[in-house]
Amino acid sequence: MLLITLGSGFLVFLMALGLCVKAWPILRLKSLGEILFSSSWHPLKGDFGMLPFIMGTLWVTGIAIIIAVPISLLTAIYLSEYAPKRMKEFSKPFIDLLAGIPSVIYGVWGILIIVPLVKDHIAPFFGVYSSGYSVLSAGIVLSIMIFPVIIHITMEVFHSIPRELREASLALGATRWQTVKHVLLRKSLPGIVAANVLGFSRAFGETMAVLMVAGNIVKIPLSVFDAGYPLPALIANNYGEMLSIPLYDAALLMSALVLFVVVIFFNVVSRYILHRINLRIS
Amino acid sequence: MKKKMTAKKIEEAVFKALMKGCALVVFGCLVLIIGTVIIKGIGSMNLDMITKTPEGGYYLGKEGGVLNAIVGSFVLTLSATAIALLMSLPVVLYINVYAKKNSRLATLIRLSLDFLWGIPSIVYGAFGFTVMIFFGITASLLGGIITVSLFILPIMARAMDEVISLVPGELFEASYSLGATKFETALKVITRQTMPGIVSAALIAFGRGVGDAASVLFTAGFSDRIPLSLLQPAATLPLAIFFQLGTPFPEVQERAYASALILTILILIVSVTARFLTARFRRHIIQ
Repeated sequence: MLLITLGSGFLVFLMALGLCVKAWPILRLKSLGEILFSSSWHPLKGDFGMLPFIMGTLWVTGIAIIIAVPISLLTAIYLSEYAPKRMKEFSKPFIDLLAGIPSVIYGVWGILIIVPLVKDHIAPFFGVYSSGYSVLSAGIVLSIMIFPVIIHITMEVFHSIPRELREASLALGATRWQTVKHVLLRKSLPGIVAANVLGFSRAFGETMAVLMVAGNIVKIPLSVFDAGYPLPALIANNYGEMLSIPLYDAALLMSALVLFVVVIFFNVVSRYILHRINLRIS
Repeated sequence: MKKKMTAKKIEEAVFKALMKGCALVVFGCLVLIIGTVIIKGIGSMNLDMITKTPEGGYYLGKEGGVLNAIVGSFVLTLSATAIALLMSLPVVLYINVYAKKNSRLATLIRLSLDFLWGIPSIVYGAFGFTVMIFFGITASLLGGIITVSLFILPIMARAMDEVISLVPGELFEASYSLGATKFETALKVITRQTMPGIVSAALIAFGRGVGDAASVLFTAGFSDRIPLSLLQPAATLPLAIFFQLGTPFPEVQERAYASALILTILILIVSVTARFLTARFRRHIIQ
């Protein structure tokens, strides 16, 4: 039992090691800066600049976060502070369900609803042409996918704030919103940050839904209506043919490594914050 | 003073409306997604979809169904769930029964499970693929099972841990005082007491595994036949949806919607069952 337990804890390192070993051939030939910040992606010529993909990922994730943070924060406040208890209990299964929907289904839905919406309504509204397959569509779909992550953790953080604090504020004549603004939000700020960072890292590595709606053109997106090509989509799209081109597999595993490192970094930060909060409660 | 009062009342009303709006958006999205899938899927749903495998020219719009993907998904995810269960149950029992409460080891294992939980499934796919190359396995049912079991291990372990860590300390003490060893306590008392919770954790993990496409994309491959051995490639529902949607033919895309409906119904059944079991389990907890 101890062995299996240690083994499962060791899996993270094993993954890091495996990816490093496989990405090593390209790291040996090129500097890290060149791989990460060059925008020349020509696998046949041996150029593996990942900037277009990294920018694609950042655009998509950035849009998702901008949409998701205010909406899920306000929803979490509403559910935990305003909604009647029964509604609160009633809403939990639905949030879990939203988290359980497979990303392929989000992708299908994105193609059916969001892509036409962007193409026919949002882009013309701003006087731009867009095929609809854009970083904006991907960002919108992703934001819905990370709602449950952020809402769930934020509600747990709110739950950890002692009831007396709220009552003290209300007793001083503050309205509920003032209590939320001055007491609840201030007190739970680290937890909220942690929840959003976790949401961010979720969005960062999401593959299928993004792959289906982002457009996948190797170019740095210049506006929200441009197509983008996020890192996970790059891996998913090219894994089949990678063994035929030299260094291609190393480049793709390098991008998996980049995803891994970024996600682990954000996870470490947010789990550290949440861990501190848990310690404070117990 | 009077003016200030109204200002704060207005602020309250504005934000309350905003919050209600946001909650409505979140739940509206859920309804919209499931509604869209049902409406789009039901039109092209027929018996052939779930009873036949793709026949010649299926991806050009000819006869057939996605039975290969349904069976593939079930076989792959069930085996992966079983393996993940065999791996995560000892881990969870160890950190809850053997390790001291809130010991450093238990905290460390929980943290690393959390990290594993956060790693994107595409990275599991890439990692699984490198492991397969290392052992000389090509894209096959076996590769898919290994990768998916690693992917759902942290999900299952964390869900189980949440249930088992709720078991009251008295239950442990009662068992020990009867002369039971730690192993007997873990296996006969704790596991039995939390059985619905364990099953629901397994169901949650099954739901995540069955719906994930990125991890099986290169590890399980795709095949129009039902896999007959572990070393044959296997089709899975999410990939079937993805590939059918990728064809330029509207008839085939319609079938992608029908497959999406099948997958959604499957997920709904799994998550409702899991919730039902969790609720039943909660009833028995000694508060």
